[in-house]
Amino acid sequence: MGHRLKKERNRTVTATSYRIIVCDGTACINKGSRKLTALLREELEKHGLADRTTIGLSGCLGMCDKGPLMVVNPGYTIYGNVTEADIPEIVEEHLVKGQPIARLVIQEDHLYNRFFRVFGDANFFGKQMRITLRNCGIIDPENIDDYLSLRGYEALAKAITEMTPEQVIDEVEKSGLRGRGGAGFPTGRKWRLAAKEKATPKYVVCNADEGDPGAFMDRSAIEGDPHTIVEGMAIGGYAIGSDHGVVYIRAEYPLAIKRIRKAIEDARAHGLLGKNILGSSFSFDIEIRLGAGAFVCGEETALIHSIEGARGMPRPRPPYPAASGLFNKPTLINNVETWANVPVIILDGANWFHTVGTETSKGTKVFALAGKVVNTGLIEVPMGTTLREIIYDVGGGIPFGKRFKAIQTGGPSGGCLPEQYLDTPIDYESLAKAGSIMGSGGMIVIDEDACMVDMARFFLEFTQDESCGKCTPCREGTKRMLEILVRITEGKGQPGDIEKLERLGNTIKKSALCGLGQSAPNPVLSTIKNFREEYEEHIHEKKCRAKACKCLVSFEITDKCIGCGACRRVCPVSAIAGSPKSKHTIDQDKCVRCGMCFNTCKFEAIAKV
Amino acid sequence: MDNTKKITIAINNREYKVDPGQTIMQAADHCGYHIPRLCYHPKLSIEGACRVCIVEVEGMRNFVASCCYPVTDGMKIHTNTKEVRQARRDIVELLVDNHPEDCHTCERDGNCELQRLVYSMGIRHRHFVGERKHYEKDLSGASVIRDPDKCILCGRCVRMCSEIQGVHCLSQAHRGFNTVVMPAYNMPFAETVCSGCGQCINVCPTASFVEKNHTQELFEKLNDKSLIKVVQFAPSVRAAIGEAFGLAPGRNMEGQLIAAFRRLGFDYVFDTQFAADLTIMEEGSEFLERVQGNGPLPLITSCSSAWMKYVEQFYPDMVDNISTAKSPMSMASAMFKTYWAEKMRIDPKKILSVATMCCTAKKYEATRPELEVHGMRTTDIVVTTREMGWMIKSSGIDFVNIQPEKPDAPLGLSSGAGAIFGVTGGVMEAAVRTAYELYTGETLIDIEMADIRGFKGVKEAKISLDGKELRLAVAHGLGNAHKVMEMVRQDRNRFHFIEIMGCPGGCIGGGGQPYATANSIPLDEEALRLRAQALYDLDRGKTIRRSHDNPDVQRLYREYLGRPLSEKSHELLHTHYKAKLPKGIVSPELKIV
Repeated sequence: MGHRLKKERNRTVTATSYRIIVCDGTACINKGSRKLTALLREELEKHGLADRTTIGLSGCLGMCDKGPLMVVNPGYTIYGNVTEADIPEIVEEHLVKGQPIARLVIQEDHLYNRFFRVFGDANFFGKQMRITLRNCGIIDPENIDDYLSLRGYEALAKAITEMTPEQVIDEVEKSGLRGRGGAGFPTGRKWRLAAKEKATPKYVVCNADEGDPGAFMDRSAIEGDPHTIVEGMAIGGYAIGSDHGVVYIRAEYPLAIKRIRKAIEDARAHGLLGKNILGSSFSFDIEIRLGAGAFVCGEETALIHSIEGARGMPRPRPPYPAASGLFNKPTLINNVETWANVPVIILDGANWFHTVGTETSKGTKVFALAGKVVNTGLIEVPMGTTLREIIYDVGGGIPFGKRFKAIQTGGPSGGCLPEQYLDTPIDYESLAKAGSIMGSGGMIVIDEDACMVDMARFFLEFTQDESCGKCTPCREGTKRMLEILVRITEGKGQPGDIEKLERLGNTIKKSALCGLGQSAPNPVLSTIKNFREEYEEHIHEKKCRAKACKCLVSFEITDKCIGCGACRRVCPVSAIAGSPKSKHTIDQDKCVRCGMCFNTCKFEAIAKV
Repeated sequence: MDNTKKITIAINNREYKVDPGQTIMQAADHCGYHIPRLCYHPKLSIEGACRVCIVEVEGMRNFVASCCYPVTDGMKIHTNTKEVRQARRDIVELLVDNHPEDCHTCERDGNCELQRLVYSMGIRHRHFVGERKHYEKDLSGASVIRDPDKCILCGRCVRMCSEIQGVHCLSQAHRGFNTVVMPAYNMPFAETVCSGCGQCINVCPTASFVEKNHTQELFEKLNDKSLIKVVQFAPSVRAAIGEAFGLAPGRNMEGQLIAAFRRLGFDYVFDTQFAADLTIMEEGSEFLERVQGNGPLPLITSCSSAWMKYVEQFYPDMVDNISTAKSPMSMASAMFKTYWAEKMRIDPKKILSVATMCCTAKKYEATRPELEVHGMRTTDIVVTTREMGWMIKSSGIDFVNIQPEKPDAPLGLSSGAGAIFGVTGGVMEAAVRTAYELYTGETLIDIEMADIRGFKGVKEAKISLDGKELRLAVAHGLGNAHKVMEMVRQDRNRFHFIEIMGCPGGCIGGGGQPYATANSIPLDEEALRLRAQALYDLDRGKTIRRSHDNPDVQRLYREYLGRPLSEKSHELLHTHYKAKLPKGIVSPELKIV
């Protein structure tokens, strides 16, 4: 069996002088990477290089803000911000003459990574460690041979030929891997619970219903390396005695769906899924179920209902899905990122995996880094990396010299942590202790321009909207909290509102049915805890220090005004008056505080007060 | 119970030995703590939605819902700490904050579970008042009307409609604050698969579901001097209406009810039980006909209005198996406007035919065009037990202490068989009593059929008619009816005769029966048992216990109808049902391409 895999692998790597990888992630596609690929082909044809150069497409490389990205191998040269005009130059200089174009190379320090030695010149990757995303950007996700060439499906082969299911579970348990969906339940223990159930059939489910606003970890992982999910699930199926896998993925992810579907078909065609995998007695196959994009369907019991065709609402646990899940049968549900770790643990061993991370949280974690940070995009860092390292080393700090204010982790149900928590190491316990959560990996950097009350309002608006409506605290309570927050940001806050928010928040947190409800008040409670003075200013002084709450801001024209009239012309409600070349004035009664005058004025003559 | 198998738990710092395998709520109930609850109902699946029943368990990060969390050995539970009390109070306030404050004008004022809960939680101030939802009422249904504004989303109706009744008409729709219970696509009730059974009303803690109210119309008509006002009342009404006046379940209030009807202004009071005897004559004869090869078997009863709508929609292939005999209510009404009108020399158009029923679906049945006689609608107004209870109270009649009276002749005298029509198995038992004698010519000695009494969902029995073995099935609740119909689809020869009652327990558990009292729960099994016992006692207390022995029934045939299944009977007492396919229901013959 190992022999058969080796043969597969050898067949794949054909002799080419250059192999170019073009990032085919959603962000790069939007920036025109596909056009670049087409141009590249033309250009190669022109220079007669087409037969000895291959172009591969990859999933998200992570440095989305520098896209479109292109990697030339051998040499691992990364080009960023590539334009159509650059293509002939790249072919001419680099491929024909062998001279990389310094202007386009993203030049930063070298780094070493366990799985690959690539992206050598990007500081962006310096503190990163890629386990989950180990193949993302390296392989063509739609080419199973690419995956096989990087020891793909070897872990599955090892598990079913050399290990008993019990040993597989032991290995996963020993590795210390914990659920990456957010709650951090020990994965091995979950597998063991499902394995010990007697009822059949058993199901293995991949939770790819990523719903946090601004999060795209799961999407990118599937888009970039779908086979690792397939392999991880097959190993899970072997470990618990299941022959039926389901990938539950939201319909808004067409590219990820296309790629996971292709991966399943290819794996089936190679005998890596289906009956008697690799000639063993183990059979396993995977089907895809599409979600309609409800945030709550990421909650495992709601997800199960959705797969069953029912309304996506959570139910009380116990019984846990491991005992009674899909169609009331034992069901093992893990998140995309969790599954992606499994082949690594099997192949490199729990002992190695155990060395990465902190005492309680092993391995790495993928984050979607967003907000007011120079390098936004997808990152993967070892557990224990501090928030400061992520923001300043990986993220490159806050742009435009602004001051850091807070970091929001864990998506809409996480908390906002201020400066004094920047040295918090990333792990489940430390984040919880600081008053936030790991969550599935959203990470939003907030600078001084953001109002924390308004931030809290934004997140609560999302959770209220996405509440399934089943339990009272979440359905009704978040609505009341939102109403209070809205009135505070509108300058109508009343004394006692903060206490009401705290009271409702604690009731919801302790009484709601599912994780969505229990964590929904987090953004509010954590901002009250860490930024209480901002709330108080809004309520008592009717003041928003970040000048973000429209109703608490007014615009005034200063003496810098030269009377150009630009503000007067853009004002949608004709609130600005003044004759040419003399200082204009704003009628505060008419002003709707849209800020268009502020943005238009070239002389900084309009002040927000 | 073996004490060694018990586990020890502590509730509010006191230790108790309890059986393992139960929820905290069940264990607490046994230990004398009634944890407040709302979405929980013992007959329905566990929802865990309202969070009113939360308790604190030591070692748990959050409160747990006691309705769904199992007890474990050594568990330390606190039901009344300051924190739990405050959270529970806030949760109930949150429900009330999104509920119209119209208790004084609400139909369920005084009968509302939410109202009682608000009182016991001690909500005297409101902290979180804000926006309230607003939806249009659905007044389209003939039986049930829906007011989403009063809904607190406990989901009992949804579970009742799908789990017990198998109708699946209701579901939650939309998300978050916009969540609302509605039929698919928010279709008006009249166009949906709603059977009109009214069980949603029974389990609704508020007035989100109520019957279409006909009391005002009836009060107006009672004052109309040009009308001859005739009322009939179903067996189960007498067994339950006392509860509306604070009496314990199971008191037979027949005499008081008749007296109250006369005080309300009805000119003649007849008994639906008489018509039940008539139904047995017709249906029993129909059964014997079919047993002898004239018509398809199994024969399925047609007395239950909700069941009739259900079968037309979901089992159109069974329509030919349905007895063509009308329900007792419709038979009685047909007799009022023909036989009795002729006998009394009254213009039938001057008769106001009123039915007091335990049932909401009868309101729909009364409107069915296929039940008209000579182009006349026979039942003009149907009011439920609840509505009648209210009318009596509203009229200041001292119902509990009133002197009992007797019904009028000739449509008032009934046999014991007619009385037990109100409880599951009763129609079958009554039919067997008569069919046996009609077929064999011998009198059945042991007339009480234990096999088909009681509240088991599907009951089966066998009888022997002259050596011919007949297999019988009885089901109550539409979900159980569904089970029996699936059995029949599997094997058409499995049963000869099937009795279906649409509501749990039969008509005694009808959708129009009085609301549960403060210390009871809707459809409480003990209350149903007591109501059933009242009807069985009524049967036992009668000298005439077989329908065909009822002298007034015999006289009716002698004077007017001739014999069962005569041409006149067919014209007045039989009808035909046909497949109905509301939107969303696909005919089994249609293949979806």
